[in-house]
Amino acid sequence: MKKLTKLLGKTLIVAACFSAFNATADVLQDIKDRKVIRIAVPQDFPPFGSIGKDLKPQGIDVDMANYIAKEMGVDLTIIPVTSANRIPYLQTKKVDLVISSLGKNPEREKAIDFSTPYAPFFLGVFGSKDVSVDAIADLADKTVGVTRGSVEDLELEKYAPKSVNVRRFEDNNTTLTAYLSGQVNLIATGNLVATEIAKRQPSRAPEAKFMLKDSPCYIGLAEGEVALQAKVNELIKKALASGELNSISMKWLKAPLPKGFGA
Amino acid sequence: MLYFSDLLQYSDTFLSGLRTTVELTVLTTILGVALGTTCAAIRQYGNTVSQRVVASYVELIRNTPFIVQLFFIFFGLPAIGMKLSPWEASIIALTINLGAYSTEIIRAGLGSISKGQVEAAKVLGLTFRQTLFRIIFIPAFEKIYPALVSQCIIVMLGSAVISQISVADLTYAANLVQSRNFRAFESYLVTALLYLGLSIILRFVLDAIGKRLFAYRAIK
Repeated sequence: MKKLTKLLGKTLIVAACFSAFNATADVLQDIKDRKVIRIAVPQDFPPFGSIGKDLKPQGIDVDMANYIAKEMGVDLTIIPVTSANRIPYLQTKKVDLVISSLGKNPEREKAIDFSTPYAPFFLGVFGSKDVSVDAIADLADKTVGVTRGSVEDLELEKYAPKSVNVRRFEDNNTTLTAYLSGQVNLIATGNLVATEIAKRQPSRAPEAKFMLKDSPCYIGLAEGEVALQAKVNELIKKALASGELNSISMKWLKAPLPKGFGA
Repeated sequence: MLYFSDLLQYSDTFLSGLRTTVELTVLTTILGVALGTTCAAIRQYGNTVSQRVVASYVELIRNTPFIVQLFFIFFGLPAIGMKLSPWEASIIALTINLGAYSTEIIRAGLGSISKGQVEAAKVLGLTFRQTLFRIIFIPAFEKIYPALVSQCIIVMLGSAVISQISVADLTYAANLVQSRNFRAFESYLVTALLYLGLSIILRFVLDAIGKRLFAYRAIK
């Protein structure tokens, strides 16, 4: 029993040390001292991060990482991660930032901090340019294609007007074909699927009409790194103002940033 | 544990799906058999060119999968400017499918009518029309009727495929309900039973039509 108490005491001391260390650490200063920023990017999630033909990582997240390093005037070390280990990498301080198509949710917010959003990721209604739809109420009496059972299908069912004619297809590919063949002029899907359509048939590139569910990507930071967070937010704001973010979006997503992005 | 009560709130979905399948079946059975009868007559009595055309149509349809035919009509034809609604595309695909199969079935019936029978009608002074219907078609149909009924039922069951192009038929209803409450066992079992019921009713109705059509048997 005595041993156990002792052990518990020691653990507490160690834990206290760690939390004290955490609170005082300033990663921004560390980065400046070592002149290198370590950023985790995905390697298996195009167009955010994948391995290109030259065997180098490429994508939105890689461009973003390069931008941040360049603006901070330090060298960049890219660390490829998977969606499962990107947060542990950050928590164990193996990386300074995670730029890995990271979405926000309450569980993650308990574990790490987030910057402002840097890339769009959303479910929405997309369509050809000649269809004028700006809000979900405008869908009345219109035909929308959607993949059955998907989140966007459920969202449409919940919020769309009753008179909308929803055509449900078996999978994303059939929904995509229905749009490409002109059988439907509006589809509800994710912005990555819309990008895929724009790549396959630029002449019928769908434009985003409105969002059904918005879950943009944020840069992840270790908890309590206030100075670094401020710096990253400042750089994102700058990139948004200068059009840098928009051109990254145009390059990889074949679409401009949605209206009011980052506001 | 099974939860059939979870399906109750979707009974409207199932009923409207059932109605769509019934409407589609009635329409395509009539159109398909009419198409098949015409093509069978051409194959049996037409000139060489028209016989070849019909033979190509029958072979093309009978040797390709139905879903490919359907996708070609729905997704393929818009490329040449023929945009059909899911409903129109389904009617056309099912009709040409049943048309092709029933052509072969009905032709077999026509082939079984001996020349002597037709000549006898001529000798007895029957008109062309009387000969065509009473001496050729009705006896021919009588011989192949069970096979034709089975083919109509196969097409009705095959119509489940049209849910793939978003026609809200019975299978579409089952898929939709299953995607909402994840009760796959219950919704597909109920759907299977509804199809079974439809098949029994369709067979019953077609048999009743057959009895009237071939009533002369009873008189004899």
